[in-house]
Amino acid sequence: MSDIFKLVMKRLGLGLVTLLVVSILIFFAVELLPGDIAQAVLGQGATEETVATLRERMGLNDPAIVRYLDWLGGAVRGDFGVSLISGGSVGDAITQRFLNTLFLATYAAVIAVPFAIVLGVLVALMRDTLFDRAANILTLTSISSPEFFLGYVLILYLSVKTGWFPAISSLSAGMSFGELLERTFLPALTLVLVVTAHMMRMTRAAIINLLASPYIEMARLKGMPPWKVIVKHALPNAWAPIINVVALNLAYLITGVVLVEVVFVYPGIGQLLVDAVAKRDFPIVQACCLIFAATFILLNLAADVGSILTNPRLRHPK
Amino acid sequence: MSKKNQAQLDRLADAARQGRISRRDFMHYSVAAGLTATTATGLWTTKAAAQPKSGGNFRWGLHDGNTSDTHDPGTYVTRQNIFLAHTHRSYLTMIMGDGSLGPDLADSWEANDDATEWTFDLNQEAAFHSGKPVTADDVIASLNHHRGDDTTSAAKALLTDVSDIAKDGDHTIVVTLSRGNADLPWLMTDYHFAICPANDDGTIDWQSGDGSGPYKIDSGEWGVQFTLSRHDGWHREGAYFDTVEILTLNDPNARQTALVTGDVHAVSLIELKTMGLLQRDPNLDIHNVPSAAAITMPMFCDQAPFDNVDVRNAMKLAMNRDEIIEKITFGAATKANDFHHSPAQPYYPEGIPQRDYDPDQARSLLQKAGAEGLTVNLSAADSVYAGAVDMAVLYAEQARAAGININVVREPNDGYYSDVWLTKPFCLVSWGARPTPDVMYTLAYKDDAAWNESHWQNERFNELLLQAKSELDESLRAEMYAEMATLARDDGGTIIPFFNNFVYANRANVGTPEELAASWENDGARAASRWWFTD
Repeated sequence: MSDIFKLVMKRLGLGLVTLLVVSILIFFAVELLPGDIAQAVLGQGATEETVATLRERMGLNDPAIVRYLDWLGGAVRGDFGVSLISGGSVGDAITQRFLNTLFLATYAAVIAVPFAIVLGVLVALMRDTLFDRAANILTLTSISSPEFFLGYVLILYLSVKTGWFPAISSLSAGMSFGELLERTFLPALTLVLVVTAHMMRMTRAAIINLLASPYIEMARLKGMPPWKVIVKHALPNAWAPIINVVALNLAYLITGVVLVEVVFVYPGIGQLLVDAVAKRDFPIVQACCLIFAATFILLNLAADVGSILTNPRLRHPK
Repeated sequence: MSKKNQAQLDRLADAARQGRISRRDFMHYSVAAGLTATTATGLWTTKAAAQPKSGGNFRWGLHDGNTSDTHDPGTYVTRQNIFLAHTHRSYLTMIMGDGSLGPDLADSWEANDDATEWTFDLNQEAAFHSGKPVTADDVIASLNHHRGDDTTSAAKALLTDVSDIAKDGDHTIVVTLSRGNADLPWLMTDYHFAICPANDDGTIDWQSGDGSGPYKIDSGEWGVQFTLSRHDGWHREGAYFDTVEILTLNDPNARQTALVTGDVHAVSLIELKTMGLLQRDPNLDIHNVPSAAAITMPMFCDQAPFDNVDVRNAMKLAMNRDEIIEKITFGAATKANDFHHSPAQPYYPEGIPQRDYDPDQARSLLQKAGAEGLTVNLSAADSVYAGAVDMAVLYAEQARAAGININVVREPNDGYYSDVWLTKPFCLVSWGARPTPDVMYTLAYKDDAAWNESHWQNERFNELLLQAKSELDESLRAEMYAEMATLARDDGGTIIPFFNNFVYANRANVGTPEELAASWENDGARAASRWWFTD
């Protein structure tokens, strides 16, 4: 076990370095955008005088490197600064939005992961049947369509034509959990459709790969029913690649949902990031991007640890 | 009256109550159904135009909101800012449904003879949501928020002529101007001049979101949603809904489906492309309101080739406005005539000949100017107006018939107003509605204005502008604006293809007044306090 602990620590250390590099890239990318925050805030109504006053007030007259180091100094102490526009703390601005995004991602993952894996096992079992073909075609079609298009199709059929679900996911305080699930069902379903194919196909491929192994043949020869062969013998050896794909898709559910949030007007972190970039509100952009980067780093780490733990050969190296 | 006619009248009255037909239509059909005009008028007042009813939760979807918006009136810029401000804050004056100027916080106002001193008497009943009465100090602090050297307000330019604001008792303020301005009470409707509670040091407390408007904010998050409830004891008529929810719905499709499925009761903008389809839905009412918002195409008058007035007029003549209105705005626009004064503004000059498409005359003007085969670049971006780039391309095609080559340059949406506008010699610009011609001309056509987008210098025009500004005689003013319009049309450097209409919609169970204010979408942004539920 100590090997795993060492690996986790090493990876976390590397992760921190990655985050530092990301923060530098983001800061200078925002700097490179045309116009600055003072112009963005004042918009068409900007005059030279008001822009200058606002720049002074926001401390934009310091050189970029000084502003970056100021921010970094705060960030290492856990203070991500204040929004340049509203003056509110970045933590406050982001917390609720990030929780909303996590909720939607969890909702979608709770449906998608079991669904995709069970479906993957089933189609592996019924390889080359009509069911296999149909499942493949449907999931590949849904992954190949852009999310916003899937969202519109779902809205058209499940909301406008039938009225079963609300078309927009506006949340309000005091909603019951049931209402919340109903309000967010369509965006969650859109995400499920987007991520299912990848996980399902990987499960299918990993299992079919194993089905040619001699030990599976042995299991079959001794008269085991096919579902048992797959669940008891094939699946345990197939976990490593499946876990990797699941982790990648979970990360996508958190970081890649901007379009879904826009289509369903869901108040998540993606929408916040887009707004902040439009206004050049650097502290918010930085914090959102770091959350996204950290999500990828942690989920990749979890995937690696997961595949080690499911593989006895890696768990007990010689 | 026959039974059939009676049934028809009942239906008409019903439709009128729900606001689906106007008074004019009601009269027309009633008379057709066999009533005399007098009876029909009586019926309209007693039956159809029933009193608005109170109650209900009004869900209102807006098309333009950002997470980084704030309550600071000086940096109001999005519809979310502006519509919320008209719901939870007050202004000194307001634009009424018929386009006239009405009272809000100020009960009455009057000027001295040369309009250099204005006195506003404040309503004694008005109070902030916190319970504090609205006094002269609050108004003075709120206006001063946009004045002075260290202000960051986008409305600073509107108040540069104000030299002093003083109080005369708790409920009277006196505004002194260095130059007379007959439009000052109109200016006070500008969305930046929301009245906030004053702090002791003369600044304002905008951060708390307190105001004295018809609704108070219960909770809210910028870019997402605000929940408001009625402010009991609001100082004006209206505010029929018990509660109001303002949702930011930036995505056109989300806005449309929310309206169609009844998730919201009104939206501030619908896509012109789907306007025709939505009109067929009996559950929806579509409003198509001519406004003072405009698309302009300024040409730098101090730069070749636009420094020649014949070239400028050739450019104006090379545009087929009817085709542009039909194809780009789907008919939801009012044809303009190259002067920035809309029929939706006061003092509109009637009788100035409309400039139409005339490629032959354009060609001969170019010959006269010695500029045949003229080639110019036209900058545009779709963030200016939905279809702005298409419009530029269409104009380029039309101008080809006059021998003008226009290269359409697609500019990035982002930063258009800092990098293209006022920088490129010929571009497309979108202007919001301004209350009076004076405000518009002063902002963008005056010789020394920071936003004189066409660099146009015309002595007579500027002389008239200053005269008209302080002229309190309305008919004299109207004459001056007519002359200025002609000057702008025939000498100015700005092509104005059209004034874009406000196109918005609500569910059929929402009652709306017969006349809708044209200062903003949704009845001058005041739907929350002017509309009601009919069921």
